[in-house]
Amino acid sequence: MAEKIVKLMQGNEACVEGAIAAGMRFYAGYPITPSTEIAELSAEKLPRIGGKFIQMEDEIASISAIIGASLTGKKSMTATSGPGFSLKQEGIGYAVAAEVPCVIVNVQRGGPSTGLPTSPAQGDIMQARWGTHGDHSIIALYPSTVREIYDTTIKAFNLSEKYRTPVILLMDEVIGHMREKIEIPDPDEIKIINRKKPNVKPDEYLPYKIEENDMIPAMANFGEGYRYHVTGLIHDETGFPTSNHRIAENLVNRLVNKIKDNADDIVEYEEYLMEDAEQIIVAYGATARSAKSAINQLREEGVKIGLFRPITIWPMAEKQLKIIAKKVNRITVVEMNMGQYFNEVDRVAGKYTKVDKYSRVHGELITPEEIVSFIKEG
Amino acid sequence: MPSKLVDKYFRTDSLPHIWCPGCGNGIVTRAIVKAIDNLNLNQEDVCIVSGIGCSSRASGYLDFNTIHTTHGRALAFATGIKFANPNLHVIVITGDGDCAAIGGNHLIHAARRNIDLTTIVFNNNIYGMTGGQYSPTTPTGDKGTTAPYGNIDANFDLCELAKASGATYVSRSTVYGANMIIKQVEEGIKNKGFSFIETITICPTYYGRKNKKGDAVDMMNYLKENTVNKIAYEKLSEEKRKDKIIVGEIYKGQRPEYVEEYEKIIESF
Ligand SMILES: Cc1ncc(C[n+]2csc(CCOP(=O)(O)OP(=O)(O)O)c2C)c(N)n1
Ligand code: SF4
Repeated sequence: MAEKIVKLMQGNEACVEGAIAAGMRFYAGYPITPSTEIAELSAEKLPRIGGKFIQMEDEIASISAIIGASLTGKKSMTATSGPGFSLKQEGIGYAVAAEVPCVIVNVQRGGPSTGLPTSPAQGDIMQARWGTHGDHSIIALYPSTVREIYDTTIKAFNLSEKYRTPVILLMDEVIGHMREKIEIPDPDEIKIINRKKPNVKPDEYLPYKIEENDMIPAMANFGEGYRYHVTGLIHDETGFPTSNHRIAENLVNRLVNKIKDNADDIVEYEEYLMEDAEQIIVAYGATARSAKSAINQLREEGVKIGLFRPITIWPMAEKQLKIIAKKVNRITVVEMNMGQYFNEVDRVAGKYTKVDKYSRVHGELITPEEIVSFIKEG
Repeated sequence: MPSKLVDKYFRTDSLPHIWCPGCGNGIVTRAIVKAIDNLNLNQEDVCIVSGIGCSSRASGYLDFNTIHTTHGRALAFATGIKFANPNLHVIVITGDGDCAAIGGNHLIHAARRNIDLTTIVFNNNIYGMTGGQYSPTTPTGDKGTTAPYGNIDANFDLCELAKASGATYVSRSTVYGANMIIKQVEEGIKNKGFSFIETITICPTYYGRKNKKGDAVDMMNYLKENTVNKIAYEKLSEEKRKDKIIVGEIYKGQRPEYVEEYEKIIESF
């Protein structure tokens, strides 16, 4: 057996390493704290493996460039933060509508506006879900350790390829900049998913036609002999715009359902000390780390408490939360925002149990002590 | 023969087009296709990228790898496509608003990089798609639905802008001279670098009507009468130069091309 490579790595670096392991060969971005290291490391590493890095003139250009690159078959990524994430929204919607795989990393910082550039915050939960206009689906993942950043970045690429959708990787400033030891998996152990290619001849290819029992059309790359049209307008299976109401409704439904109906495949979460738990905390990212240590303290004092940590933020683990809600007498959502995920948890679980929130927006990590005292207050 | 061009390069099932009778967009679109045909490019190796606007609808009618992007961002999408797959001939179709207002920043940066893209601006001096608002190329004093008392903005000279930003081929033509457009698009495609072709086109529906320019025929006549080449222009008196449209090659230069420069970095490892 080959010896495992163990490296001390920053979260942002793990993101780049994971992306490259997943097959990223194109990166376009615009620098912004606290995501900049992702651009810098991509600039350094990509040309060494035949990949491409470009610093575009802004974030809109960056998302546009990665969509273009992805259409030629290159796995593509951009990374940003706060204001830059706002600028990317129109492009994200385009990738949703035209079904172009790509990965958008958002290392969050305090908002609104220029906000708290170097402080942690989890304020973009809802923007990740609904930042671009119109009804749509989205996948967003939220790692909580440096090692998990590596794995979820790979997963982000895989899901984007499999479901032909932009995938948003939400990160916390603290984990992006934190250094942890991580064991780099053997390349053979890494599961890689590539977009489904057409199995028909170019003149028979309908770029947005779906097969029975599958909601994802096969994707040809520009330059491979399949000439087709891509647009953000509502289109039919030929890819050409249409204003036919029935086709419009079918398309929007399919774009939403291809994610919703595959939630079991997409949703990932961690359960910690849940078995005998009478109450639970829901927390993600860096906040979940504080929650875990709060739970350890509370357990020592005899409180039967566990943690449900979504790794897939969108789509939500609704099915699991519903089952849990029926078993516990309290769910506390702990997050560094004014209750963005709380509202969703409450929508799903509020019918069955008491749902509380502990939220802070002061630009500091929520500490285990704060959580312990909030839980004890009841 | 036009019909041969149509059969080969137009997606006849996506026609009829949305353009108004008398619109100049068809002339420019046909000229682009003719240039591609003259150069004998493989349809598989051509990618047409457009933004949003009447003019940008052209991409959907053409049988190549085509992408109709978001408003103003065609050059940014095109940069990604060309950089990711340098084998493609990437041709950008854009409007004056698309390329010089919302997309102005992308224009100057694509030109600055001298990335091998061929950009054709369908300049109709107005926002056609949204119904006749003034654009960055609406002449000062002219009217648009959002400039009911006359436009007080100064209008851009797009070719000067592209040249100053670093484009290595810059030219202007009008829909009155389709052969000149064809030649310029050919030159643009052949140029290994950022090529910028401004084609003055006519929008009788909005620009024409708002500014009492008459019908399509009158507007074509205006182009015919007011077009001069660079040399002839230099010889004109200051007074006669006013309102004249300089056509022909405006600039040709040579600078390292972006994608090639990057390939050198890759090869150095
Ligand atoms: C972000 C965004 N803003 C505004 C619009 C509305 N819009 C569509 S086309 C257009 C202007 C088009 O003008 P131009 O680029 O000159 O092209 P033309 O229609 O004249 O060919 C505008 C403002 C849009 N589609 N997207
Ligand atoms: S509105 Fe103007 S630019 Fe648009 S199709 Fe009609 S004539 Fe052409």
